[in-house]
Amino acid sequence: MGCGVAPCPTCSIFPRHVCRRRSRRRLVSTSGATLIDALLSASAAGITELLSPYPPGWGGALLVGLLHSIEIALGATCLGLLIGTGGAYGKLYGGPVVRDLLAVYTTIVRAVPELVLILLLYYAGTDLINQALTAMGYQRVDVSGLAAGIAVLGFVQGAYSTEVIRGAILAIPQGQIEAARAYGMSPGLMLRRITLPSMLPFAIPGLANLWLIATKDTALLAVVGFYELALATRQAAGVTKAYFTFFFAAGVLYLLLSLFSNLVIGRVETWSRRGMPSLKEAR
Amino acid sequence: MSVVEAAAVRSGKAQDGAAEAIHVENLHKKFGELHVLKGVSLSARDGEVIAIIGGSGSGKSTLLRCINCLENPTSGIIRVNGEEIKLKADSHGHTIPADRKQIERIRSKLGMVFQNFNLWSHMTLIENVIEVPVHVLGVKRDVAIGEAEKLLARVGLAEKRDVYPAYLSGGQQQRAAIARALAINPRVMLFDEPTSALDPELVGEVLKVIGDLAREGRTMVLVTHEMKFAREVATHVVYLYNGLVEEEGPPEQIFGAPKSERLKQFIRNIG
Repeated sequence: MGCGVAPCPTCSIFPRHVCRRRSRRRLVSTSGATLIDALLSASAAGITELLSPYPPGWGGALLVGLLHSIEIALGATCLGLLIGTGGAYGKLYGGPVVRDLLAVYTTIVRAVPELVLILLLYYAGTDLINQALTAMGYQRVDVSGLAAGIAVLGFVQGAYSTEVIRGAILAIPQGQIEAARAYGMSPGLMLRRITLPSMLPFAIPGLANLWLIATKDTALLAVVGFYELALATRQAAGVTKAYFTFFFAAGVLYLLLSLFSNLVIGRVETWSRRGMPSLKEAR
Repeated sequence: MSVVEAAAVRSGKAQDGAAEAIHVENLHKKFGELHVLKGVSLSARDGEVIAIIGGSGSGKSTLLRCINCLENPTSGIIRVNGEEIKLKADSHGHTIPADRKQIERIRSKLGMVFQNFNLWSHMTLIENVIEVPVHVLGVKRDVAIGEAEKLLARVGLAEKRDVYPAYLSGGQQQRAAIARALAINPRVMLFDEPTSALDPELVGEVLKVIGDLAREGRTMVLVTHEMKFAREVATHVVYLYNGLVEEEGPPEQIFGAPKSERLKQFIRNIG
Protein backbone atom coordinates (compact mmCIF):
# COMPACT_ATOMS: atom_id res chain seq x y z
CA MET A 1 0.00 0.00 0.00
CA GLY A 2 2.95 2.17 -0.53
CA CYS A 3 3.83 2.61 3.11
CA GLY A 4 6.82 0.35 2.84
CA VAL A 5 5.86 -2.16 5.48
CA ALA A 6 4.90 -5.55 4.11
CA PRO A 7 1.89 -7.23 5.70
CA CYS A 8 2.41 -10.44 7.58
CA PRO A 9 1.87 -13.42 5.29
CA THR A 10 0.00 -15.50 7.87
CA CYS A 11 -2.55 -13.04 9.16
CA SER A 12 -2.16 -10.30 6.49
CA ILE A 13 -3.45 -7.71 8.96
CA PHE A 14 -0.51 -6.73 11.08
CA PRO A 15 2.73 -5.55 9.55
CA ARG A 16 5.33 -8.29 9.67
CA HIS A 17 7.45 -6.81 12.47
CA VAL A 18 4.42 -6.57 14.77
CA CYS A 19 3.16 -9.97 13.94
CA ARG A 20 6.45 -11.74 14.47
CA ARG A 21 6.10 -11.99 18.23
CA ARG A 22 2.49 -13.06 17.98
CA SER A 23 3.23 -15.79 15.46
CA ARG A 24 6.09 -17.09 17.58
CA ARG A 25 3.86 -17.41 20.64
CA ARG A 26 1.30 -19.09 18.50
CA LEU A 27 3.83 -21.65 17.30
CA VAL A 28 4.61 -22.67 20.86
CA SER A 29 0.99 -23.39 21.79
CA THR A 30 -0.25 -24.67 18.50
CA SER A 31 -1.26 -28.10 19.71
CA GLY A 32 -3.30 -26.79 22.71
CA ALA A 33 -4.92 -24.06 20.69
CA THR A 34 -6.07 -26.36 17.94
CA LEU A 35 -7.59 -28.69 20.51
CA ILE A 36 -9.61 -25.86 22.11
CA ASP A 37 -10.53 -24.52 18.69
CA ALA A 38 -11.85 -27.89 17.70
CA LEU A 39 -13.83 -28.29 20.90
CA LEU A 40 -15.31 -24.81 20.65
CA SER A 41 -16.32 -25.12 17.04
CA ALA A 42 -17.93 -28.47 17.81
CA SER A 43 -19.94 -27.14 20.76
CA ALA A 44 -20.58 -23.63 19.40
CA ALA A 45 -23.14 -24.99 17.02
CA GLY A 46 -24.67 -26.98 19.88
CA ILE A 47 -24.79 -23.95 22.19
CA THR A 48 -26.49 -21.70 19.67
CA GLU A 49 -28.93 -24.50 19.01
CA LEU A 50 -29.59 -24.97 22.74
CA LEU A 51 -30.02 -21.22 23.34
CA SER A 52 -32.06 -20.61 20.21
CA PRO A 53 -35.26 -18.74 21.08
CA TYR A 54 -37.31 -21.19 19.03
CA PRO A 55 -37.99 -24.80 20.07
CA PRO A 56 -36.24 -27.12 20.35
CA GLY A 57 -33.89 -24.38 21.63
CA TRP A 58 -34.50 -23.22 25.22
CA GLY A 59 -33.65 -19.55 24.76
CA GLY A 60 -37.30 -18.60 24.49
CA ALA A 61 -38.10 -20.37 27.76
CA LEU A 62 -35.30 -18.50 29.48
CA LEU A 63 -36.54 -15.17 28.13
CA VAL A 64 -40.07 -15.89 29.32
CA GLY A 65 -38.59 -16.72 32.71
CA LEU A 66 -36.68 -13.44 32.69
CA LEU A 67 -39.85 -11.56 31.77
CA HIS A 68 -41.67 -13.16 34.71
CA SER A 69 -38.78 -12.30 37.01
CA ILE A 70 -38.90 -8.66 35.89
CA GLU A 71 -42.67 -8.56 36.36
CA ILE A 72 -42.37 -9.86 39.89
CA ALA A 73 -39.47 -7.57 40.74
CA LEU A 74 -41.30 -4.51 39.39
CA GLY A 75 -44.51 -5.37 41.17
CA ALA A 76 -42.75 -6.22 44.42
CA THR A 77 -40.68 -3.03 44.33
CA CYS A 78 -43.73 -0.85 43.68
CA LEU A 79 -45.64 -2.57 46.47
CA GLY A 80 -42.56 -2.30 48.69
CA LEU A 81 -42.27 1.44 47.98
CA LEU A 82 -45.91 1.99 48.92
CA ILE A 83 -45.54 0.00 52.12
CA GLY A 84 -42.19 1.66 52.77
CA THR A 85 -43.51 5.20 52.37
CA GLY A 86 -46.47 4.49 54.60
CA GLY A 87 -44.26 2.62 57.05
CA ALA A 88 -41.71 5.42 57.23
CA TYR A 89 -44.45 7.98 57.82
CA GLY A 90 -46.02 5.80 60.47
CA LYS A 91 -42.70 5.26 62.22
CA LEU A 92 -41.85 8.97 62.15
CA TYR A 93 -45.20 10.61 62.81
CA GLY A 94 -47.54 7.83 63.94
CA GLY A 95 -48.96 7.23 67.38
CA PRO A 96 -47.41 4.75 69.81
CA VAL A 97 -49.56 1.82 68.61
CA VAL A 98 -48.74 2.36 64.95
CA ARG A 99 -45.07 2.71 65.78
CA ASP A 100 -45.00 -0.50 67.79
CA LEU A 101 -46.81 -2.45 65.08
CA LEU A 102 -44.39 -1.18 62.45
CA ALA A 103 -41.42 -2.01 64.67
CA VAL A 104 -42.71 -5.60 64.96
CA TYR A 105 -43.21 -5.77 61.19
CA THR A 106 -39.76 -4.50 60.22
CA THR A 107 -38.02 -6.50 62.93
CA ILE A 108 -39.63 -9.83 62.08
CA VAL A 109 -39.40 -9.50 58.32
CA ARG A 110 -35.76 -8.47 58.50
CA ALA A 111 -34.92 -11.17 61.04
CA VAL A 112 -36.34 -14.22 59.23
CA PRO A 113 -34.55 -15.54 56.12
CA GLU A 114 -36.40 -14.56 52.98
CA LEU A 115 -36.65 -18.14 51.76
CA VAL A 116 -38.41 -19.12 54.98
CA LEU A 117 -40.71 -16.10 54.74
CA ILE A 118 -41.57 -16.91 51.15
CA LEU A 119 -42.40 -20.53 51.99
CA LEU A 120 -44.36 -19.44 55.05
CA LEU A 121 -46.30 -16.62 53.39
CA TYR A 122 -46.88 -18.49 50.15
CA TYR A 123 -48.20 -21.76 51.61
CA ALA A 124 -49.63 -20.47 54.86
CA GLY A 125 -50.90 -17.30 53.21
CA THR A 126 -52.82 -19.04 50.43
CA ASP A 127 -54.06 -21.60 52.93
CA LEU A 128 -55.30 -18.84 55.24
CA ILE A 129 -57.09 -17.09 52.39
CA ASN A 130 -58.77 -20.31 51.36
CA GLN A 131 -59.74 -21.20 54.92
CA ALA A 132 -61.25 -17.76 55.33
CA LEU A 133 -63.08 -18.12 52.04
CA THR A 134 -64.50 -21.55 52.88
CA ALA A 135 -65.45 -20.32 56.35
CA MET A 136 -67.43 -17.53 54.72
CA GLY A 137 -69.02 -20.02 52.37
CA TYR A 138 -67.10 -19.20 49.20
CA GLN A 139 -65.23 -21.56 46.90
CA ARG A 140 -61.52 -22.13 47.31
CA VAL A 141 -59.45 -20.13 44.86
CA ASP A 142 -56.13 -20.77 43.21
CA VAL A 143 -53.97 -17.80 44.08
CA SER A 144 -52.08 -16.82 40.93
CA GLY A 145 -48.35 -17.34 41.20
CA LEU A 146 -47.67 -13.83 39.95
CA ALA A 147 -49.94 -12.14 42.49
CA ALA A 148 -48.65 -14.30 45.32
CA GLY A 149 -45.05 -13.68 44.29
CA ILE A 150 -45.55 -9.93 44.14
CA ALA A 151 -47.39 -9.90 47.46
CA VAL A 152 -44.78 -11.98 49.27
CA LEU A 153 -41.70 -10.21 47.90
CA GLY A 154 -43.42 -6.82 48.22
CA PHE A 155 -44.13 -7.53 51.87
CA VAL A 156 -40.43 -8.29 52.42
CA GLN A 157 -39.29 -5.29 50.36
CA GLY A 158 -41.66 -3.06 52.30
CA ALA A 159 -39.83 -3.72 55.54
CA TYR A 160 -36.47 -2.76 54.08
CA SER A 161 -37.93 0.22 52.17
CA THR A 162 -39.49 1.51 55.39
CA GLU A 163 -36.07 1.91 56.95
CA VAL A 164 -34.45 3.34 53.79
CA ILE A 165 -37.20 5.93 53.35
CA ARG A 166 -37.32 6.75 57.05
CA GLY A 167 -33.60 7.50 56.97
CA ALA A 168 -34.03 9.60 53.83
CA ILE A 169 -36.85 11.65 55.35
CA LEU A 170 -34.71 12.27 58.43
CA ALA A 171 -31.95 13.52 56.13
CA ILE A 172 -34.14 16.29 54.63
CA PRO A 173 -33.14 19.67 56.06
CA GLN A 174 -35.98 20.26 58.55
CA GLY A 175 -36.28 23.89 57.51
CA GLN A 176 -37.75 22.85 54.17
CA ILE A 177 -40.50 20.86 55.88
CA GLU A 178 -41.06 23.78 58.24
CA ALA A 179 -41.38 26.20 55.33
CA ALA A 180 -44.02 23.94 53.78
CA ARG A 181 -45.95 23.93 57.07
CA ALA A 182 -45.55 27.68 57.47
CA TYR A 183 -47.20 28.27 54.09
CA GLY A 184 -50.26 26.22 54.91
CA MET A 185 -49.59 23.04 52.97
CA SER A 186 -51.78 20.12 53.95
CA PRO A 187 -49.99 16.89 54.94
CA GLY A 188 -50.86 15.18 51.65
CA LEU A 189 -49.66 18.10 49.54
CA MET A 190 -46.50 18.40 51.61
CA LEU A 191 -45.76 14.68 51.09
CA ARG A 192 -46.23 14.96 47.34
CA ARG A 193 -44.59 18.31 46.66
CA ILE A 194 -41.87 18.58 49.30
CA THR A 195 -41.12 15.47 51.35
CA LEU A 196 -40.95 12.84 48.60
CA PRO A 197 -38.91 14.90 46.11
CA SER A 198 -36.56 16.14 48.85
CA MET A 199 -35.93 12.71 50.32
CA LEU A 200 -35.39 11.03 46.94
CA PRO A 201 -31.68 11.84 46.54
CA PHE A 202 -31.04 10.37 49.99
CA ALA A 203 -33.16 7.29 49.32
CA ILE A 204 -32.02 6.36 45.82
CA PRO A 205 -28.81 4.50 46.74
CA GLY A 206 -30.70 2.36 49.26
CA LEU A 207 -33.71 1.87 47.01
CA ALA A 208 -31.44 0.93 44.09
CA ASN A 209 -29.93 -1.79 46.28
CA LEU A 210 -33.41 -3.02 47.09
CA TRP A 211 -34.41 -3.10 43.43
CA LEU A 212 -31.33 -5.14 42.49
CA ILE A 213 -31.96 -7.48 45.41
CA ALA A 214 -35.58 -7.81 44.28
CA THR A 215 -34.55 -8.85 40.77
CA LYS A 216 -32.48 -11.66 42.25
CA ASP A 217 -34.91 -12.57 45.04
CA THR A 218 -37.36 -13.57 42.33
CA ALA A 219 -35.18 -16.69 42.01
CA LEU A 220 -36.34 -17.73 45.47
CA LEU A 221 -39.86 -18.07 44.10
CA ALA A 222 -38.63 -21.07 42.11
CA VAL A 223 -39.01 -23.12 45.30
CA VAL A 224 -42.75 -22.54 45.30
CA GLY A 225 -42.93 -23.50 41.63
CA PHE A 226 -43.30 -20.04 40.13
CA TYR A 227 -41.97 -20.06 36.59
CA GLU A 228 -39.25 -17.42 36.57
CA LEU A 229 -35.71 -17.31 35.24
CA ALA A 230 -34.12 -19.65 37.78
CA LEU A 231 -36.78 -22.32 37.38
CA ALA A 232 -36.70 -22.00 33.58
CA THR A 233 -32.94 -22.41 33.69
CA ARG A 234 -33.14 -25.46 35.91
CA GLN A 235 -35.66 -27.10 33.62
CA ALA A 236 -33.67 -26.35 30.49
CA ALA A 237 -30.47 -27.56 32.09
CA GLY A 238 -32.13 -30.68 33.49
CA VAL A 239 -33.60 -31.72 30.17
CA THR A 240 -30.54 -31.04 28.03
CA LYS A 241 -27.87 -31.82 30.67
CA ALA A 242 -26.11 -28.63 29.50
CA TYR A 243 -25.91 -27.26 33.05
CA PHE A 244 -22.98 -24.94 32.53
CA THR A 245 -24.41 -23.44 29.35
CA PHE A 246 -27.81 -22.62 30.80
CA PHE A 247 -26.73 -21.40 34.22
CA PHE A 248 -24.05 -19.29 32.57
CA ALA A 249 -26.67 -17.88 30.20
CA ALA A 250 -28.98 -17.14 33.13
CA GLY A 251 -26.10 -15.40 34.90
CA VAL A 252 -25.54 -13.24 31.83
CA LEU A 253 -29.24 -12.36 31.72
CA TYR A 254 -29.22 -11.33 35.42
CA LEU A 255 -26.08 -9.29 34.74
CA LEU A 256 -27.67 -7.56 31.73
CA LEU A 257 -30.72 -6.75 33.82
CA SER A 258 -28.49 -5.24 36.52
CA LEU A 259 -26.47 -3.23 34.01
CA PHE A 260 -29.62 -1.87 32.41
CA SER A 261 -31.02 -1.07 35.87
CA ASN A 262 -27.84 0.79 36.76
CA LEU A 263 -28.23 2.89 33.65
CA VAL A 264 -31.80 3.85 34.51
CA ILE A 265 -31.06 4.38 38.21
CA GLY A 266 -28.13 6.62 37.31
CA ARG A 267 -30.43 8.80 35.24
CA VAL A 268 -33.03 8.96 37.99
CA GLU A 269 -30.41 9.83 40.59
CA THR A 270 -28.97 12.64 38.49
CA TRP A 271 -32.48 14.02 38.04
CA SER A 272 -33.31 13.75 41.72
CA ARG A 273 -30.12 15.62 42.65
CA ARG A 274 -30.89 18.44 40.20
CA GLY A 275 -30.84 21.12 42.89
CA MET A 276 -27.65 19.91 44.54
CA PRO A 277 -24.20 21.01 43.45
CA SER A 278 -22.09 18.01 42.45
CA LEU A 279 -19.68 16.73 45.08
CA LYS A 280 -16.87 16.82 42.54
CA GLU A 281 -17.22 20.59 42.23
CA ALA A 282 -17.15 20.98 45.97
CA ARG A 283 -13.85 19.14 46.30
CA MET B 1 -49.88 40.02 88.76
CA SER B 2 -47.80 42.48 86.82
CA VAL B 3 -48.19 40.53 83.57
CA VAL B 4 -51.93 40.99 83.56
CA GLU B 5 -51.60 44.65 84.46
CA ALA B 6 -49.08 45.18 81.71
CA ALA B 7 -51.36 43.46 79.23
CA ALA B 8 -54.22 45.65 80.34
CA VAL B 9 -52.13 48.74 79.88
CA ARG B 10 -51.11 47.65 76.39
CA SER B 11 -54.58 46.73 75.25
CA GLY B 12 -55.63 50.22 76.28
CA LYS B 13 -53.22 51.65 73.77
CA ALA B 14 -55.86 52.85 71.38
CA GLN B 15 -54.43 53.61 67.97
CA ASP B 16 -55.93 54.91 64.79
CA GLY B 17 -58.78 53.02 63.16
CA ALA B 18 -56.62 50.46 61.32
CA ALA B 19 -57.82 46.88 61.74
CA GLU B 20 -55.83 44.60 63.97
CA ALA B 21 -54.01 42.03 61.82
CA ILE B 22 -52.38 40.13 64.66
CA HIS B 23 -53.41 40.01 68.26
CA VAL B 24 -51.56 37.95 70.84
CA GLU B 25 -52.74 37.88 74.42
CA ASN B 26 -51.12 36.42 77.51
CA LEU B 27 -49.17 33.82 75.54
CA HIS B 28 -47.36 31.08 77.43
CA LYS B 29 -45.04 28.51 75.92
CA LYS B 30 -43.30 25.73 77.80
CA PHE B 31 -40.81 23.27 76.32
CA GLY B 32 -41.05 20.58 78.98
CA GLU B 33 -39.79 22.24 82.14
CA LEU B 34 -38.47 25.26 80.27
CA HIS B 35 -40.88 28.19 80.49
CA VAL B 36 -39.94 30.25 77.42
CA LEU B 37 -42.85 32.66 77.12
CA LYS B 38 -44.46 33.74 80.37
CA GLY B 39 -47.48 35.71 79.29
CA VAL B 40 -46.66 37.88 76.31
CA SER B 41 -49.11 40.15 74.55
CA LEU B 42 -48.59 41.77 71.19
CA SER B 43 -50.68 43.56 68.65
CA ALA B 44 -50.03 44.54 65.03
CA ARG B 45 -52.44 46.79 63.19
CA ASP B 46 -52.50 47.10 59.42
CA GLY B 47 -49.49 49.02 58.19
CA GLU B 48 -47.56 48.66 61.42
CA VAL B 49 -44.03 47.31 61.54
CA ILE B 50 -43.43 45.61 64.87
CA ALA B 51 -39.80 44.91 65.73
CA ILE B 52 -39.20 42.33 68.43
CA ILE B 53 -35.78 42.66 70.02
CA GLY B 54 -34.14 40.95 72.94
CA GLY B 55 -31.20 38.86 73.99
CA SER B 56 -30.54 35.27 73.12
CA GLY B 57 -33.08 32.98 74.80
CA SER B 58 -35.51 35.81 75.51
CA GLY B 59 -38.21 33.98 73.53
CA LYS B 60 -38.52 36.36 70.59
CA SER B 61 -38.27 33.67 67.88
CA THR B 62 -40.63 31.43 69.83
CA LEU B 63 -43.15 34.26 70.02
CA LEU B 64 -43.00 34.78 66.26
CA ARG B 65 -43.28 31.05 65.57
CA CYS B 66 -46.30 30.77 67.84
CA ILE B 67 -48.19 33.31 65.71
CA ASN B 68 -48.55 30.80 62.85
CA CYS B 69 -48.45 27.78 65.15
CA LEU B 70 -45.08 26.48 63.98
CA GLU B 71 -44.76 26.18 67.75
CA ASN B 72 -47.98 25.40 69.56
CA PRO B 73 -48.49 27.79 72.45
CA THR B 74 -49.11 26.21 75.85
CA SER B 75 -51.83 28.75 76.59
CA GLY B 76 -53.00 32.14 75.48
CA ILE B 77 -54.99 33.73 72.69
CA ILE B 78 -53.83 34.33 69.14
CA ARG B 79 -56.01 36.16 66.66
CA VAL B 80 -55.04 36.61 63.01
CA ASN B 81 -57.33 38.87 60.96
CA GLY B 82 -59.69 38.85 63.89
CA GLU B 83 -59.99 35.05 63.70
CA GLU B 84 -58.96 33.28 66.88
CA ILE B 85 -56.84 30.17 66.42
CA LYS B 86 -58.72 27.27 67.98
CA LEU B 87 -56.50 25.22 70.26
CA LYS B 88 -57.14 21.99 72.12
CA ALA B 89 -55.23 19.66 74.40
CA ASP B 90 -54.06 16.35 72.94
CA SER B 91 -53.84 13.04 74.84
CA HIS B 92 -50.47 14.04 76.35
CA GLY B 93 -51.77 17.38 77.58
CA HIS B 94 -49.92 19.33 74.88
CA THR B 95 -51.84 22.12 73.22
CA ILE B 96 -52.37 21.56 69.50
CA PRO B 97 -54.46 23.30 66.87
CA ALA B 98 -58.03 22.04 67.04
CA ASP B 99 -58.77 22.63 63.37
CA ARG B 100 -56.07 21.74 60.84
CA LYS B 101 -57.94 23.46 57.99
CA GLN B 102 -58.16 26.68 59.97
CA ILE B 103 -54.44 26.63 60.70
CA GLU B 104 -53.63 25.98 57.04
CA ARG B 105 -55.91 28.83 55.97
CA ILE B 106 -54.34 31.24 58.46
CA ARG B 107 -50.81 30.18 57.58
CA SER B 108 -51.42 30.81 53.90
CA LYS B 109 -52.05 34.49 54.77
CA LEU B 110 -48.83 34.91 56.73
CA GLY B 111 -45.62 35.26 54.73
CA MET B 112 -42.87 33.72 56.81
CA VAL B 113 -39.21 34.47 56.15
CA PHE B 114 -36.75 32.25 58.02
CA GLN B 115 -33.29 32.79 59.39
CA ASN B 116 -31.93 29.99 57.18
CA PHE B 117 -34.04 30.90 54.10
CA ASN B 118 -35.50 27.36 53.87
CA LEU B 119 -36.04 27.54 50.13
CA TRP B 120 -37.05 24.18 48.67
CA SER B 121 -33.80 22.84 47.26
CA HIS B 122 -35.32 20.69 44.52
CA MET B 123 -37.04 23.65 42.91
CA THR B 124 -35.66 26.58 40.93
CA LEU B 125 -36.34 30.09 42.24
CA ILE B 126 -39.39 30.58 40.04
CA GLU B 127 -40.74 27.18 41.11
CA ASN B 128 -40.17 28.11 44.74
CA VAL B 129 -42.09 31.34 44.30
CA ILE B 130 -45.09 29.86 42.44
CA GLU B 131 -45.32 26.72 44.61
CA VAL B 132 -47.69 28.05 47.28
CA PRO B 133 -49.85 30.23 44.97
CA VAL B 134 -50.37 27.31 42.56
CA HIS B 135 -50.71 24.37 44.93
CA VAL B 136 -52.15 25.93 48.09
CA LEU B 137 -54.05 28.99 46.88
CA GLY B 138 -55.15 27.54 43.53
CA VAL B 139 -53.83 30.35 41.32
CA LYS B 140 -53.47 29.41 37.64
CA ARG B 141 -49.91 28.45 36.79
CA ASP B 142 -49.29 31.01 34.04
CA VAL B 143 -50.77 33.81 36.16
CA ALA B 144 -48.57 32.76 39.08
CA ILE B 145 -45.50 32.68 36.86
CA GLY B 146 -46.20 36.22 35.65
CA GLU B 147 -46.55 37.44 39.24
CA ALA B 148 -43.46 35.53 40.34
CA GLU B 149 -41.35 37.06 37.59
CA LYS B 150 -42.37 40.53 38.76
CA LEU B 151 -41.53 39.67 42.36
CA LEU B 152 -38.15 38.19 41.46
CA ALA B 153 -37.39 41.29 39.41
CA ARG B 154 -38.37 43.41 42.37
CA VAL B 155 -35.86 41.68 44.67
CA GLY B 156 -33.26 41.89 41.90
CA LEU B 157 -33.21 38.24 40.91
CA ALA B 158 -35.00 38.28 37.56
CA GLU B 159 -32.16 36.62 35.70
CA LYS B 160 -31.79 33.91 38.35
CA ARG B 161 -35.30 32.54 37.88
CA ASP B 162 -34.20 29.11 36.65
CA VAL B 163 -31.34 28.65 39.11
CA TYR B 164 -31.52 26.25 42.04
CA PRO B 165 -31.10 27.82 45.51
CA ALA B 166 -27.89 25.92 46.29
CA TYR B 167 -26.09 27.88 43.56
CA LEU B 168 -26.90 31.27 45.08
CA SER B 169 -25.37 33.36 47.84
CA GLY B 170 -27.11 33.65 51.19
CA GLY B 171 -28.26 37.17 50.39
CA GLN B 172 -29.74 36.08 47.07
CA GLN B 173 -31.46 33.11 48.72
CA GLN B 174 -32.98 35.33 51.39
CA ARG B 175 -34.21 37.81 48.79
CA ALA B 176 -35.78 34.90 46.90
CA ALA B 177 -37.37 33.73 50.15
CA ILE B 178 -38.88 37.21 50.56
CA ALA B 179 -40.25 36.97 47.01
CA ARG B 180 -41.75 33.59 47.93
CA ALA B 181 -43.42 35.15 50.96
CA LEU B 182 -44.74 38.10 48.91
CA ALA B 183 -46.16 35.73 46.29
CA ILE B 184 -48.99 34.68 48.60
CA ASN B 185 -49.98 38.34 48.95
CA PRO B 186 -49.73 38.01 52.71
CA ARG B 187 -51.75 39.99 55.21
CA VAL B 188 -48.70 40.07 57.47
CA MET B 189 -45.04 39.32 56.81
CA LEU B 190 -43.22 37.48 59.59
CA PHE B 191 -39.44 37.79 59.63
CA ASP B 192 -37.48 35.47 61.92
CA GLU B 193 -34.00 37.01 62.21
CA PRO B 194 -33.73 37.32 58.41
CA THR B 195 -30.13 38.52 58.37
CA SER B 196 -28.59 36.48 61.19
CA ALA B 197 -27.27 33.72 58.91
CA LEU B 198 -25.76 36.12 56.37
CA ASP B 199 -22.22 37.28 55.83
CA PRO B 200 -21.92 40.91 56.93
CA GLU B 201 -21.49 42.23 53.40
CA LEU B 202 -24.75 40.54 52.32
CA VAL B 203 -26.88 41.96 55.14
CA GLY B 204 -27.36 45.30 53.40
CA GLU B 205 -29.03 43.95 50.26
CA VAL B 206 -31.60 42.01 52.31
CA LEU B 207 -32.31 44.89 54.69
CA LYS B 208 -32.86 47.17 51.70
CA VAL B 209 -35.59 44.84 50.38
CA ILE B 210 -37.25 44.60 53.79
CA GLY B 211 -36.96 48.35 54.31
CA ASP B 212 -38.69 49.00 50.95
CA LEU B 213 -41.54 46.72 52.02
CA ALA B 214 -41.87 48.56 55.32
CA ARG B 215 -41.96 51.93 53.61
CA GLU B 216 -44.73 50.86 51.24
CA GLY B 217 -46.89 50.12 54.28
CA ARG B 218 -46.75 46.34 54.58
CA THR B 219 -47.72 44.96 57.94
CA MET B 220 -44.71 43.18 59.37
CA VAL B 221 -43.53 41.49 62.53
CA LEU B 222 -39.78 41.40 62.54
CA VAL B 223 -37.48 39.59 64.95
CA THR B 224 -34.07 41.12 64.51
CA HIS B 225 -30.65 41.84 65.93
CA GLU B 226 -30.16 44.81 63.59
CA MET B 227 -30.92 47.63 66.04
CA LYS B 228 -30.15 50.42 63.61
CA PHE B 229 -32.50 48.86 61.09
CA ALA B 230 -35.23 48.32 63.68
CA ARG B 231 -34.97 51.95 64.65
CA GLU B 232 -35.32 53.03 61.02
CA VAL B 233 -38.24 50.90 59.85
CA ALA B 234 -40.23 49.91 62.94
CA THR B 235 -43.33 51.77 64.04
CA HIS B 236 -43.33 49.93 67.35
CA VAL B 237 -40.55 48.10 69.18
CA VAL B 238 -41.05 45.32 71.72
CA TYR B 239 -38.16 44.39 74.01
CA LEU B 240 -38.45 40.86 75.38
CA TYR B 241 -36.53 39.76 78.41
CA ASN B 242 -36.72 36.26 79.83
CA GLY B 243 -40.10 35.45 78.30
CA LEU B 244 -41.80 38.73 79.21
CA VAL B 245 -42.26 42.09 77.53
CA GLU B 246 -39.84 44.24 79.50
CA GLU B 247 -40.52 47.44 77.63
CA GLU B 248 -42.22 48.54 74.43
CA GLY B 249 -42.98 51.71 72.57
CA PRO B 250 -42.09 53.74 69.50
CA PRO B 251 -38.47 53.28 68.35
CA GLU B 252 -37.41 56.80 69.39
CA GLN B 253 -38.45 56.06 72.95
CA ILE B 254 -37.02 52.52 73.10
CA PHE B 255 -33.66 53.44 71.62
CA GLY B 256 -33.53 57.10 72.62
CA ALA B 257 -34.91 57.08 76.15
CA PRO B 258 -35.14 53.53 77.50
CA LYS B 259 -36.66 53.33 80.96
CA SER B 260 -35.80 49.79 81.98
CA GLU B 261 -32.32 49.16 83.33
CA ARG B 262 -32.10 45.87 81.40
CA LEU B 263 -33.00 47.55 78.10
CA LYS B 264 -30.40 50.25 78.70
CA GLN B 265 -27.84 47.52 79.34
CA PHE B 266 -28.97 45.59 76.23
CA ILE B 267 -28.71 48.62 73.96
CA ARG B 268 -25.29 49.49 75.38
CA ASN B 269 -24.03 45.96 74.80
CA ILE B 270 -25.39 45.53 71.31
CA GLY B 271 -24.75 49.05 70.03
